[in-house]
Amino acid sequence: MSIQTIEDSKVKTFPAPAKPAEVIAFTAKTKPRFDAVAIAGKLASALMPPIIVIALMLVVWQIACSSPTSSLPPPSQVWNEAYDLIAHPFFDNGPQDIGLAWRVLISLQRVAIGFGLAAIVGVALGALVGQSIWAMRGLDPVFQILRTVPPLAWLPLSLAAFRDSSPSALFVIFITSIWPIIINTAVGVRNIPEDYRNVSRILRLNQFEFFVKIMVPAAAPYIFTGLRIGIGLSWLAIVAAEMLTGGVGIGFFIWDAWNSSRLPDIIVALAYIGVTGFCLDRLVAAVGAFVTRGTTAK
Amino acid sequence: MTAYLKLDHIDKSFARGGQVSEVLKDIRLTIDKGEFVSIIGHSGCGKSTLLNLIAGLTKVSAGAVLLEDKEVDSPGPERAVVFQNHSLLPWLTVYENINLAVSKVFGRTKSKAERHDWIMRNLDLVQMAHARDKRPAEISGGMKQRVGIARALAMEPKILLLDEPFGALDALTRAHLQDAVMDIHSRLGSTTIMITHDVDEAVLLSDRIVMMTNGPAATIGEVLAVPLARPRRRVELSSDRTFLRCREAVLKFLYERHRFVEAAE
Repeated sequence: MSIQTIEDSKVKTFPAPAKPAEVIAFTAKTKPRFDAVAIAGKLASALMPPIIVIALMLVVWQIACSSPTSSLPPPSQVWNEAYDLIAHPFFDNGPQDIGLAWRVLISLQRVAIGFGLAAIVGVALGALVGQSIWAMRGLDPVFQILRTVPPLAWLPLSLAAFRDSSPSALFVIFITSIWPIIINTAVGVRNIPEDYRNVSRILRLNQFEFFVKIMVPAAAPYIFTGLRIGIGLSWLAIVAAEMLTGGVGIGFFIWDAWNSSRLPDIIVALAYIGVTGFCLDRLVAAVGAFVTRGTTAK
Repeated sequence: MTAYLKLDHIDKSFARGGQVSEVLKDIRLTIDKGEFVSIIGHSGCGKSTLLNLIAGLTKVSAGAVLLEDKEVDSPGPERAVVFQNHSLLPWLTVYENINLAVSKVFGRTKSKAERHDWIMRNLDLVQMAHARDKRPAEISGGMKQRVGIARALAMEPKILLLDEPFGALDALTRAHLQDAVMDIHSRLGSTTIMITHDVDEAVLLSDRIVMMTNGPAATIGEVLAVPLARPRRRVELSSDRTFLRCREAVLKFLYERHRFVEAAE
């Protein structure tokens, strides 16, 4: 072979550079003091717009509701009259007189049970619907109709069935949040690449192994989309259900405050509900992002 | 002695909406133990379908696939497939991907330590032991395909099926992997069937080249034996007379006698 000889004759030696390469020093790193300033600047640019918007909204609200004939309280009145609720979320003065944080926690506990059951049953049913063409044809129309039923419409039926308010509230959460979980799981399972199925067939994975090792991880991004929608819906449902079933949750607190004309308390409770719902949504999204890391990449 | 793998008068047709399209017609082929056979043909000639039939992923319409005189009609680890797009599970690391196969195939027969050694041995074989804790998204296309080969080999298959394994790779990476496959084949003597559309690759790697006619109702047009001694070195072969003659024979078959006509319908 002649490749070696060709290379030898063609390769020229490069002439040595006229002067040795210069070393260019990097400028010294910026001092920590500047970093602190930069971080503060970033924080300010992130936080300032919402702070300004909220402040503006409070001012507008204050002006709009400051006339003596106004039917709703202005923010200053909310602050004065509901100060205990705002400043002490965890007070506990007996069975019906507890801080709003406790009430939120009680509601969250219900959501945890109802939503947890919905997640388990929903993923299992969704897997069935996604896997089997017959199950899909039979169950999908039923799901599509039932999912449009508003949460509270289930309440009378569940009260009649369970004859108790507490399991009824759980059932309402369950039935509200299960549909998006089922439907998203089914879509995720239907979208599992054929290659993954072929891998499992060659390995002769049984149904259970396929479910645990291929189906759930492959459909995880879809499943978590369903869970995220589901937890939002269940938080909507619990507040409404508690208003009707009573108890000590945050929903009942609002109803109770309305009956005793404590409007500032209602406004504070609304803020609690909003912040909690936001945190729930972000929590599920964060868990989803952690669990599905790497699965979406090809 | 009977053949190791026998494709016995296989027909394959797909029915869709009342229309039956015949893809493969009367495929007859026997493959000996340890042989490396390539199947080459224009795209759409059904060569991937043929591989899926041997793998058992698709069922034959008529005829039979016989492995050691036993009919196979469902997939199994003794006919491991290396897929064109690697098909590694993206949520598992390299090690876990192979472990999935090893613990399923050898879960009862090997202890945990033995399984670990076996996984590492196969990773070493494809020179991927250094990336054992990486996820598929973190390694290059050639490395993914190496892991795919290691996963298939780790099943200790009777037949290794390669479905255009290097099709998606650049030329240099492809050459490296071809060398790796030749090396593995010489060390393990594994019976291998490879689908390819690359003439050089087919001649370089194969003991025999099966050339497919164009579809519909494609069949085996010709089988060419490649009488080149092993080990083969690509640089030396590039001017070898036997190599060139085989290459020419395949090219003539593909481009003169069975010229691919786009949209022949």
